[in-house]
Amino acid sequence: MRDLFGCGRAMLMATAAVFATACGGGGGEAGGGMEQEAAGEEMASPVDMATAGGIHAMVMFEGMAPEMDAIDMASEPNCAARYTDTPMAEEVVVGGGGGLANVFVYVREGLDAGMSFPTPGGAVVMDQVGCRYVPRVVGVQAGQDLTFRNSDGLPHNINASPSENRGFNISQPVNMDTNRNFPLAEVMVPVRCDVHGWMSAYVGVLDHPFHGVTDMEGGADLGMLPPGDYVVEAWHERYGTQTASVTVTTGETAMVSFSFSEAMAANAVVPMGEPIDPHGPGAHTLAPEAH
Amino acid sequence: MRARAMVPGFVVAAAVTCAVSAPLAAQEENALGREVYDRWCASCHGYEGLGDGYAATWMLPRPRDFTQALYQIRTTPSGQLPTDDDIMRVINEGMPGTTMPGWEEELSLEERLALVDYLKSFSRFFAAGEAPEPMTFSSPTRATEEALAEGREVYELIECNRCHGADGRGDGTSSPTLVDDTGMPIYSVDLTENWYFNGGGTVEDIYQRLRTGLDGTPMPSFTDLIDAGVITDEQLWNLSHYVRSLAPEDPPGITEVIRAGLVEDAPLPEGVDDPLWESAEAFYIPMGGQIIESPRWFVPQVAGLWVRALHDGGELAVHVSWSDHSESPDSAWAGFQAQVLSAVGPEEGDMEPGPRPDGLYLQFPMEIPEGMDKPYFLMGDPLEPVYLWHWESTAGAAQEADARGLGTMAPQGDAGQSLASEAAFSAGRWAVMFRRALETGDPGDLQFRVGEPVPVGFAAWDGDNGESGSRGSISSWHYIFLQEPTPATVVVAPLIATLLTAGLGVLVVARAQRREREGAEGPDEGDA
Repeated sequence: MRDLFGCGRAMLMATAAVFATACGGGGGEAGGGMEQEAAGEEMASPVDMATAGGIHAMVMFEGMAPEMDAIDMASEPNCAARYTDTPMAEEVVVGGGGGLANVFVYVREGLDAGMSFPTPGGAVVMDQVGCRYVPRVVGVQAGQDLTFRNSDGLPHNINASPSENRGFNISQPVNMDTNRNFPLAEVMVPVRCDVHGWMSAYVGVLDHPFHGVTDMEGGADLGMLPPGDYVVEAWHERYGTQTASVTVTTGETAMVSFSFSEAMAANAVVPMGEPIDPHGPGAHTLAPEAH
Repeated sequence: MRARAMVPGFVVAAAVTCAVSAPLAAQEENALGREVYDRWCASCHGYEGLGDGYAATWMLPRPRDFTQALYQIRTTPSGQLPTDDDIMRVINEGMPGTTMPGWEEELSLEERLALVDYLKSFSRFFAAGEAPEPMTFSSPTRATEEALAEGREVYELIECNRCHGADGRGDGTSSPTLVDDTGMPIYSVDLTENWYFNGGGTVEDIYQRLRTGLDGTPMPSFTDLIDAGVITDEQLWNLSHYVRSLAPEDPPGITEVIRAGLVEDAPLPEGVDDPLWESAEAFYIPMGGQIIESPRWFVPQVAGLWVRALHDGGELAVHVSWSDHSESPDSAWAGFQAQVLSAVGPEEGDMEPGPRPDGLYLQFPMEIPEGMDKPYFLMGDPLEPVYLWHWESTAGAAQEADARGLGTMAPQGDAGQSLASEAAFSAGRWAVMFRRALETGDPGDLQFRVGEPVPVGFAAWDGDNGESGSRGSISSWHYIFLQEPTPATVVVAPLIATLLTAGLGVLVVARAQRREREGAEGPDEGDA
């Protein structure tokens, strides 16, 4: 049959196009990004650490945390046997101090248009332990390796359903690592295991490193950024998103706080596969409740 | 989206987005592709390729949403776009496990090529890049006994049974929670019926699906296992041979007549596992959803029945077996059933989720008809009722019943019951056996006669798929024919012929040996 596009370098071109976008067309880098990367010319971080400041997010849960269902692991006795207490679903995880864990917090707008960031060399690991994803929510930079690890030694599959990127569905029947990456920014990419219907996880993909996932205290560090005004978004799988404006000043760590409650679940819009362009105008006027 | 909203919606959408969207611009230029698509494809796949045509809610799995460019059948790695040839193959052959038919006979090559372009134009993924590269596949190993044995080991090592079940019938422990990328419930395929495989049922097809996965479904790619050294490529081929071996060598033909063999020198089978059944000829009866009378059923699970029949001149025994994911009602499948019932939409009436049994009936006319006349195939009608053998998984023994139309089945009174039965469920397979005297003396029963074809029809229900009443699988009329005793001459003539041949053979060999002894001085064996 005829070949409509004539040749077969689809992925290379797609990746190069992403890179060009990330480079923002500045300084004649556009189009040559892929080759430069391949040649090993490591791009330096554009953030001047002498003037940078940090962002620390605190995400709290208001009110009583909803009771999670027990996970029925009857179909996987080998996993069930690893728990002394009944394993509970992890859709909502609230720490002892009221912090909401597993919230993906990231800079959504406000980065300078010309700014682009080197792909981190290290991989982010998403492990499968006791038939649960650990961690359940991760952030990666576009193109960064994401290692899916099977520490269970029993069959899992990793079925990722992104919208901007291409998905995949790979088998991991034994202890093993498999690397994949997503070349385009999107929030979020759902991941599931079809062997164990209760297993789900989420990956946030951004073309910058300013993101974090809240711990049991509800805290997340977003890294060091150039001074300026940013829009930060907090994403939760059950309660949807909230945004807040934050101003970064040199040498300071700006605190940004969010609070979620069970009442938000009813009308929550939980974005999946939303493309993110962080080089937006920044410092939007926002509803005050998010501050 | 309903049909009435479709046309204006599409026009508006096209007007708004064409100026900026390369895919839609490509659609504008592909008038033939659009014409073919709108005429033949849009009713299921939707005018905008979203898989939401007006017929979509009757279907499970749902029609493909082309905008995400997720294609099950590819020669490219998991997550990659399909090649044009991959898309063409599905257009040509259809997806046998779904409502998607093949179009090779219906559309010209030019139309199908235009259609490939048009389908691609629904997704920005195709517009973004160049043609995807197919994977390079190795050559198959030989299907030796050792290969099949190793294939079975690999099946267990990588635990295909989790979804496909120990014997490949789709009854694995993970089966009840499977969903596809649209969130719809999806069954793991029954590996014993390779003619229903999406993407083909040959060893090569199976191997390719194992390498590529079926994107959009729970079936993953196993290519990484080879790269990581968990299994070898050869082992994956052997697994493919093993999977292929779970299905018959050839797809079953559609047989109109079920021959009930005569058993003369052994008792008729007493149960479903009687070894005598293995020697009985098996006939395949294809089944389809009941879509004639409302409420109809478009998502049946019993795709076909295997039927064996034996008689001894006094009694008839019929053995029916089929693949089923579960022994309904099975609480593990309650959630799945609820999903199926909510997915099929309200057009065919409300259906509350709840425990429902599996079921089967064989229907016959009330008496052997003269000529070709038969009752209406949906349980007869008031003028021409039918006589039935009805079994349910929760009801104990099967019962004789009669019906005068769909939904009118009524069991005969206790006094009239003369049917013996046994049922067993094992590893994703139901086996149900019926046994009855050919002549019962009950005027409400059909009386069988050796040597006369008797019309027989079938219906089956999968309770955990939400089936009951008129929502189930049905067959057309077939015939069951009780073989007559073989006349003595048929047995004697071949025997005489065999003896004669053997006698002549002995003579010829003896003469040749004598001649060899007489003249065997030189070692000229090479002439032999």
